[in-house]
Amino acid sequence: MAKVTIDGIEVEVPDGTTILNAARKIGGELVPPAMCYYTSLKDSGGKCRVCLVKVAQGSTKDPRPMPKLVASCRTPVMDGMVVQSKSSAEVLEARKAVVEFLLINHPLDCPICDQAGECDLQNLAYEHGAAATRYEEDRRTFEKIDIGDKIKLHMTRCILCYRCTFVADQLTNDRVHGVLSRGDKSEISTYIHKAVDNDFSGNMIDVCPVGALTDKTFRFKSRVWFTNPVDAHRNCTKCSGKVILWKKGDDILRVSARKDKYGEVTEYICNECRFEHKTVSDWTTEGPRHVEHNSVISQNHYERTDLLKLKKEIERQIEFEKGAHLPPEPSPKLHE
Amino acid sequence: MGKKFLLEHVNVPGIETLPVYQSKGGYASVEKAIKTMTPEQLIEEVKFSDLRGRGGAGFPTGLKWSFMDKKSEKPRYLVVNADESEPGTFKDRYLMEKLPHILIEGMIVSCFALGSKTGYIYIRGEYMYIVRILEKAIDEAYKAGFLGKNILGTDFSCDIYVHPGAGAYICGEETALLESLEGKRGNPRLKPPFPAIAGLYACPTVVNNVESIAAIPTIVNITADKYNDVGIGKSAGTKLISASGHINKPGIYEIELGLPVEEFIYSDEYCGGIWKGRKLKAVVAGGSSVPILPANLILKTAKGESRLMTYESLADGGFVSGTMLGSGGFIVMDETACIVRNLWTFARFYHHESCGQCSPCREGTGWMEKVLHRIEHGHGHMEDIDLLVSVAKKIEGNTICPLGDAAAWPVASAIRHFREEFEYHVKYPEKVKDPKHFEKEPFVSESLLMNA
Repeated sequence: MAKVTIDGIEVEVPDGTTILNAARKIGGELVPPAMCYYTSLKDSGGKCRVCLVKVAQGSTKDPRPMPKLVASCRTPVMDGMVVQSKSSAEVLEARKAVVEFLLINHPLDCPICDQAGECDLQNLAYEHGAAATRYEEDRRTFEKIDIGDKIKLHMTRCILCYRCTFVADQLTNDRVHGVLSRGDKSEISTYIHKAVDNDFSGNMIDVCPVGALTDKTFRFKSRVWFTNPVDAHRNCTKCSGKVILWKKGDDILRVSARKDKYGEVTEYICNECRFEHKTVSDWTTEGPRHVEHNSVISQNHYERTDLLKLKKEIERQIEFEKGAHLPPEPSPKLHE
Repeated sequence: MGKKFLLEHVNVPGIETLPVYQSKGGYASVEKAIKTMTPEQLIEEVKFSDLRGRGGAGFPTGLKWSFMDKKSEKPRYLVVNADESEPGTFKDRYLMEKLPHILIEGMIVSCFALGSKTGYIYIRGEYMYIVRILEKAIDEAYKAGFLGKNILGTDFSCDIYVHPGAGAYICGEETALLESLEGKRGNPRLKPPFPAIAGLYACPTVVNNVESIAAIPTIVNITADKYNDVGIGKSAGTKLISASGHINKPGIYEIELGLPVEEFIYSDEYCGGIWKGRKLKAVVAGGSSVPILPANLILKTAKGESRLMTYESLADGGFVSGTMLGSGGFIVMDETACIVRNLWTFARFYHHESCGQCSPCREGTGWMEKVLHRIEHGHGHMEDIDLLVSVAKKIEGNTICPLGDAAAWPVASAIRHFREEFEYHVKYPEKVKDPKHFEKEPFVSESLLMNA
């Protein structure tokens, strides 16, 4: 076990945990954002550079600070490490810089993008971006391509996180797409005349942090905040069958995998569940999907608020601000 | 006349063949190292010689060798980085073309010191003709018993392979090189782990520049003690400098570290002064990645001391008034050179060569190139100059590999030292639309005029 202090809050995590995951254990606003890292995908991370943090003290044994900002998603913690995330102006400056870089070639076509409302880049830019751009040159453009009969690729929106290639590598038998060219001309594409066609290819849509990979069965049907997400499941031989149904009235507009609060898929689902079961009778509904209150999807979305739980959480946040040790998470039994 | 360790026999006819090379004392170090020394002694010797990596960063070679994971059961590899693609640097090409055996000799000794049975030469794809020269030399060495099984009757065995790249500057970064050598896309890896722990095929690996490895035979032959007598302080031995630009005698020069920069530029033995009797304007001292310096700062440091060709003296003053020895690509510019155009060329190179893996470098290099293109072609605004400084600062230090830094430093330094020239480009857009504008009317700094 290693003790690490992030923004003045101490947390104990197993050896080999990354700084990002240690921060997620603490939770709250000090968690660095992550655009390319994905816990369940091996080797992901380190590329987008939005999760940069400052290591003010390397470890108890070697207290020297690290010379540069490090990618928290790929740097393992050491015992006695002191990390600055939200508390360092340098880190916030770097994060702002990276957001600016990510946006200069992004088309900013949110008004017509299906991802709008659940887009990591939108959230990131809202929090760390500038109001106006300093970039007056032409943005790079690509043609839209179909990389399979159910998936559309808008390369112009891509931020090259490589997550979809890791999905293809690690979830499916053979990867037929990857990154071509280099620099700002690099693009995700398939090999000539190949199409992404396998049972789990749809997960590429879920892991994509932006609107580069979209579900062709959902394109332009509705804005996500006009839909009503519900948890549902069915018996599936290929996957867990646990999904979210995005409904409008009794129509199922889209089926997607369930994600945790950091936007990571908890259980990957197969293409049959995702694309082929769009009638309510195929599914057993579990109840409304919990949507974070700060998400735009929570518009018109009502669920019972557990006031006691909310009170405990607020008290816990106040403890944070005092800079004390991390108070234990409220026990679930308390508010049942 | 300075001492020459590498290029002493370069003009001997037939030196690229093994018999002639041997008649000039070649392969003596292999015999000495394998038969009379232990690997530990060799590493100590290289450490003591103060040899520093000649590829650009100047990291002590002996120290790098000692980081190699000795406890690991996995095979160890020596990889020679011959992916020389830095604009302004062409020393390794000359060395391998003229003296292929000195590299092979150095590799055999280094492999013995590192306990490696396999050495790879990763050479840039554009040097295809050198691949043939090296392969011919390797064949000769196998036939003479310097390579293969049981070298010189001992139980040390070693094989060397040449692997051409496919034309990417980024593959000169050591971890991208290893990825490429493994047959993957040449994207730099995240460090740690460093190659000394998990490099090629996740085995302990040392990646060295061609010139560093070529210096090893000399160190073994004349002993480390004699080697570090040449040079000043921690800058020991000799260094190949690729001199180019507006000088009378461009070419490869082997210098003793510690030579004054002024002597290097103006002496007839080296560059022979600025061509056409013009005046010196600026120098990029170590390949395109290092900060550019104006004439007054390259000849004398900010403290007024004479600037020497050493790692320390060139870096004197940090990035405010100093630069780096880098890989020794010495680009000289006379008074007619346009700094903006030169910087745009460099920026275009980094934009083209960025691998696109991490966002600051992928987006930032392109942005800087486009802004510089605009300024050079007479469409710039005054705010663009500060924008460039800001973009460069935001790339620097935030990327996976040093390519981001290498793209940012020239921009930051050119604006630091030649800001008036950028302003001139914005003020007189019609004049600068002509690419040869400064040849007709050399740029004179307004502040200098006012002082006069």
